Amino acid sequence: MSLIVENLTIDHGAIRAISNVSFTVPQGQLAAIIGANGAGKTTLLRTLSGLKDAKSGSATWGGKSILGKRAEDLARSGIMHVSDGKSVIAELSVKENLALAGLWRKDKKDVAKATSEVVELFPILGQRMSQTAGSLSGGERQMLAIGRSLIARPKLLLLDEPSLGLAPLIIEQIFQTIKELVKKMDLTVLLVEQNAMGALKIADEGIVLNLGSVVAVDSAQTLLNDPAVRAAYLGF
Amino acid sequence: MLKFITAVLTSLATGSIYALMSTALVLVWRSTRVINFAQAGQAVFTTYIGYEVTIRSGSYWIGVAAAIISGALIGAVIDRFFMRPIFKRIKSGPIVMIAPVVATLGLLGIIQAIIGFIWGLTYQSIPAPVSTDGYQIFGSTIAFSPFNLMVLIAVTISMLLLTLLFQRTNIGLALRASAYSPEIAKLSGIKVDAIRTLGWALAGAAGGLAGMLFIPSSYLYPNAMDVLLVFGFIAAVIGGLDSLFGAVAGAMILGFAINFATSYISSKLVFPMAFIILILVLLIKPGGIFSSVKGRKD
Repeated sequence: MSLIVENLTIDHGAIRAISNVSFTVPQGQLAAIIGANGAGKTTLLRTLSGLKDAKSGSATWGGKSILGKRAEDLARSGIMHVSDGKSVIAELSVKENLALAGLWRKDKKDVAKATSEVVELFPILGQRMSQTAGSLSGGERQMLAIGRSLIARPKLLLLDEPSLGLAPLIIEQIFQTIKELVKKMDLTVLLVEQNAMGALKIADEGIVLNLGSVVAVDSAQTLLNDPAVRAAYLGF
Repeated sequence: MLKFITAVLTSLATGSIYALMSTALVLVWRSTRVINFAQAGQAVFTTYIGYEVTIRSGSYWIGVAAAIISGALIGAVIDRFFMRPIFKRIKSGPIVMIAPVVATLGLLGIIQAIIGFIWGLTYQSIPAPVSTDGYQIFGSTIAFSPFNLMVLIAVTISMLLLTLLFQRTNIGLALRASAYSPEIAKLSGIKVDAIRTLGWALAGAAGGLAGMLFIPSSYLYPNAMDVLLVFGFIAAVIGGLDSLFGAVAGAMILGFAINFATSYISSKLVFPMAFIILILVLLIKPGGIFSSVKGRKD
């Protein structure tokens, strides 16, 4: 199964947010979409997870179109979107936040297993189970958001700016965890980041987005070493 | 002393009816962000159904069950076939805030007109299952009857059941998650639209129960629940609009304020007192007593 996006165009009100974008993320790979604020990265992810409608073009996962589907149905079929802004429900406890992604699953034993795996991955969450998510630090919220998505046993993970607003040490830890997850759980990940450096370091492939268009697609390594990309997006 | 005890008891009894209406309004507000003015119509319509069933079956309790069930059904139907299409068609602009509320007002008029067609505009009454004569204490009759006691118990039980549903069940977790953040709930795989319809159904059921508990001490006519809608709305605002606990607490505050004002000052104070409380709360804590929302700074 791979994620194939072809000639995707998305409007944001009267503004063209994404124009004629194509790329492929093969199964088990981690692709990073990098680009400045306003490049259309978040809009692209919201469309792929069913929160927004596309104007034209196609997007398929495992050969099936994912455009125009409801977000909850895509989530149930294994496409989990961790939206930006530390997507947790502040009023609910850590335990309840995790439970959300398992409520609809029939295999309750596996939900329990997935939950203990998440606690193993992020031990701090285990200590905070009965606290409200609103009382967590930024890094812990990000862990909870990623942890929740894992309860659904996803196949494709769409991550929107997991590094946003976090301290450098925590960012490093989150990025390393994402990289390990891809290997351990045979996940395919589409990671959207402003932190281009950190994202390209863990990614297999990099997609550079500028003002809604793809300006470069290459292996992450090549992009990291490309003087033009470095100058324009990495800042050194 | 006797006057004081009576005032406390009647406050609890009337407050508990307001609580059902404010809970109904809060359930809809939490799930849809709409003040459902049609609630008064839905509640009175289902109470007419409860009235019909009570008359035909001879049992008040079967009537109550019919009112609760039909209330839930009507609530679900209104959300699924009326509100959901409205929300689908209007997605942006200032009309998003206005249209759904205006729609519920229109619906209120339609429902009351339908009631007029079916049952006419005359007053009906639902016989109470227990005595509505006040208890005798030290040889004097107080304004609190076995029926008032029954109302208090029925509301307490239904509030406990609702709390259990919300706090202890998976459905309750889905209801809370969808209320706090529909987007995160969707992204977690929860069918938020269906959960929203369930919120409307629960509200409809609460309205049906409120009607069956209120009408035996009053009369049944198409506008019979309008006053309760106003009090329920004030109670919900006092409680912060999105808190179920706040809805009940707000209703009790209102019940006490009205009953104490009417029994100690003047019986004409029912409406003024309700609005005095509302204005005081809005002036001092505009977000409601049990809400975390801060007041306007500018």
